[in-house]
Amino acid sequence: ERGHGPYRPHEPGYGLDQPGYSPYEDVIPDPHARMLAIKNAKAYLLKTSTKSGLNLYDHFANILTKILDEQPTNTVDIIENISKDVKWAEFRKKMDTLRDEPLIPPTFEAAEKCKALFVREGREEEREEVEEEMGEPALPNVMETAFYFEQAGIGLNKDESYYIFLALKNLIRVQPIQTCRFWGKILGLEKNYIIAEVQLREGEEAEEPGEEWEETTAEGEKETGEAEEDEQKEKEAEPPKSTYKPPPEIPKEANGTGTNKYVYFVCNEPGKPWVKLPPVTPAQIVCARKIKKFFTGWLDAPVVSFPPFPGNEANYLRAQIARISAGTHVSPTGFYQFAEEEEEEEEGADTYEENPDFEPPPVAEMVESLATWAHHVKGILKQGRCVWINPTQKSEENEEEEDEEEEEEEEGEEPQEERGPPLLTLISEDEGMKNIPAWTAQASTNLIPEYSVAILQSNRWPGAYAFASGRKFENIYFGWGHKYSPESHTPELPPPAQAEFPTGPEITETADPTVEEEMAFKIAQEEALLEAEEEEDEEGEDD
Amino acid sequence: MEALSVPAALALVAGGGAGLSPERRAALSVSLPLLQRDYRFERVWFWGCIQGVRGAYFIAEGLGPDRAAPRSRLYSLNCLDWSLLTPATKEMLALAEQVKGRFQGDPSFEYSLAEINAEAAARLVESGKEPVIKEEARLIATIEQIDREVGVVPRGAFVKTPLGSVHENRHFEGLSLGEAKKLSSYFHFTDLVNLKNKTLLEKADLDPSTDFLDSLEHDIPRGKGSWSMQLEKGGTVVVLRSLLWLGLTFYHVPMTKQFGYAYFGTGEKNLDLPFML
Repeated sequence: ERGHGPYRPHEPGYGLDQPGYSPYEDVIPDPHARMLAIKNAKAYLLKTSTKSGLNLYDHFANILTKILDEQPTNTVDIIENISKDVKWAEFRKKMDTLRDEPLIPPTFEAAEKCKALFVREGREEEREEVEEEMGEPALPNVMETAFYFEQAGIGLNKDESYYIFLALKNLIRVQPIQTCRFWGKILGLEKNYIIAEVQLREGEEAEEPGEEWEETTAEGEKETGEAEEDEQKEKEAEPPKSTYKPPPEIPKEANGTGTNKYVYFVCNEPGKPWVKLPPVTPAQIVCARKIKKFFTGWLDAPVVSFPPFPGNEANYLRAQIARISAGTHVSPTGFYQFAEEEEEEEEGADTYEENPDFEPPPVAEMVESLATWAHHVKGILKQGRCVWINPTQKSEENEEEEDEEEEEEEEGEEPQEERGPPLLTLISEDEGMKNIPAWTAQASTNLIPEYSVAILQSNRWPGAYAFASGRKFENIYFGWGHKYSPESHTPELPPPAQAEFPTGPEITETADPTVEEEMAFKIAQEEALLEAEEEEDEEGEDD
Repeated sequence: MEALSVPAALALVAGGGAGLSPERRAALSVSLPLLQRDYRFERVWFWGCIQGVRGAYFIAEGLGPDRAAPRSRLYSLNCLDWSLLTPATKEMLALAEQVKGRFQGDPSFEYSLAEINAEAAARLVESGKEPVIKEEARLIATIEQIDREVGVVPRGAFVKTPLGSVHENRHFEGLSLGEAKKLSSYFHFTDLVNLKNKTLLEKADLDPSTDFLDSLEHDIPRGKGSWSMQLEKGGTVVVLRSLLWLGLTFYHVPMTKQFGYAYFGTGEKNLDLPFML
């Protein structure tokens, strides 16, 4: 649209659109008017478009520049395309500046965090202190372990191993740790977990907000107990008392023994802060055996499953770690031996120490026979603990009322004492599944037998590996955190619906007596009466 | 993964803990070029490794000029001597799906069909053969299934020429970071299943030369899907792990041409996936 017109006769632009009076003709006598006309035309050309922000003047200038630079053939035929190309060139530049910014941060933030790992905060005093205290270095040599596993084709990227090494060093600096080990990596849907197995120094607790999870689970269980008591206290309508007794809660093992022997710290990536996992309870282990869920990577994610898992993902992770450790942590036979004072009961042997006279068998032997390897972690019983406990004994303390009646009934149902395999059993005793042995042993290389390493892969927990080479051995886990089962996983069925109330003679329906029965009953009654009267009266009676 | 980029690719895929020992890596870098020469492949891909109970199978694939044509597959027990596998047939696929349990590690091991599928066993007996399925056939079928169900390439990496053959796209410079985080920018590198069902409206936005494959976002189960996508190494590598076939890892470095996938696992489908999500 013409922004300037229509011109009125007194305005200088009047007549410019007439063929005879265009600015290109010398017909306009007044040079001043012509200059003004030119200025108006130029101003019109310089007007920026409201849609695109371009103006015609610059656009033409660009087109002509481009044409003169490139000098294409048959320019007049392709002039429209040239115009379009110039316009496109304009647009692309602007959109790039908008897009670049949000893309930069994520990569660089993570790089910053990793860089922080490398910063050595050691001052002179700290370093001396540290050397004096520790007899043995608490920090494991992750790179050495990674090297041995690499000979078997297992392991992470070298860079990642090194980051984990540095992250463990940070962990040791922060927490009072006696021994520390890189346990492995568990993959998750959104994030992964890097897990460190740690033994805290005696008498010290880790300073961490790990208590919160424990409390929430304890509270949940208390609530169910209270709800039942409320029911019983109702006196108005006296509904039938619930005879449901939840099975007594099996107490978890004390820290430092059994399944809670080690404390586990996890982090999502090296460089992120380490989080302590809460100790595991037998109920969690029992439930974890029945479900199979992927880890999402968020420790506070709920685990939605049936049977309902008592806890969140941190508890599920801890339970799986306990199961994997109990099932797959092995060492060469003879490396560990029982402590000198022999215990009478098999179950009591919880402690072991390194055997100074251990002679490592040659690698070929370690690969051939599985009897050269032994578990050094106690297996978990069906109850969910390593050491069996009789739950009915404990129940006296826990529950407050109505114990006396129930105890007599339940005496006949003493739970069977469970015995697991004793500590330091050879892994050749492990059962396989169908025709698959529980372990696969291989040498890392057949071409150079003198330097090969014996590698064990677990078939029950795919992803668990162990290697042994001379006196060195190590266990590790890389995987999704699930047990292998030849059949598909079948979730537990819900329990049958409970009877609403106990059936007794008062409420059981019986058929009403029929008329004949009533008559017969009446006659029988009368006869009884008659006999009674006859005995009393000596006279005869009327009919 | 491309044979030439195996060392770099293995470093990127190692997030799951699986990889190759230095001995095998060295053997691969020696034997794969020889394979290319002997079989006259245009490209050789190292497909991965299937762990058996007693040994492992290492698999390589060779591609001809049309990258979407059926590929020749070879297996080896030590990364040095490769044997060609016959192409998969439908019966092999059907039978192998019924065989459960780990691979044994011995290619001539025979699974007795009578336990698994009595009808098939009966049919085989009638036609004069023994009612068994060899581990080699199971291997072929498993590799074919894995490729079909979870073989992944990024969008734009391959183009379809008007004649129907598929080539690598030399102009592919990698997905941008924004695109790389979306499941829809990755395709199954197999025959079409879903694309034909899209409405015309959706098809109008697609570019037929690059969008001729199914994208991953329609994989069942929807929502969380059967893929776990993570950014590793500080966001420089996008790693897709399949949850249906545990062990398949796909990696791509955005803004570069590097991508590839490899399978390191036991060769069993994860049928418990719906319970596990």
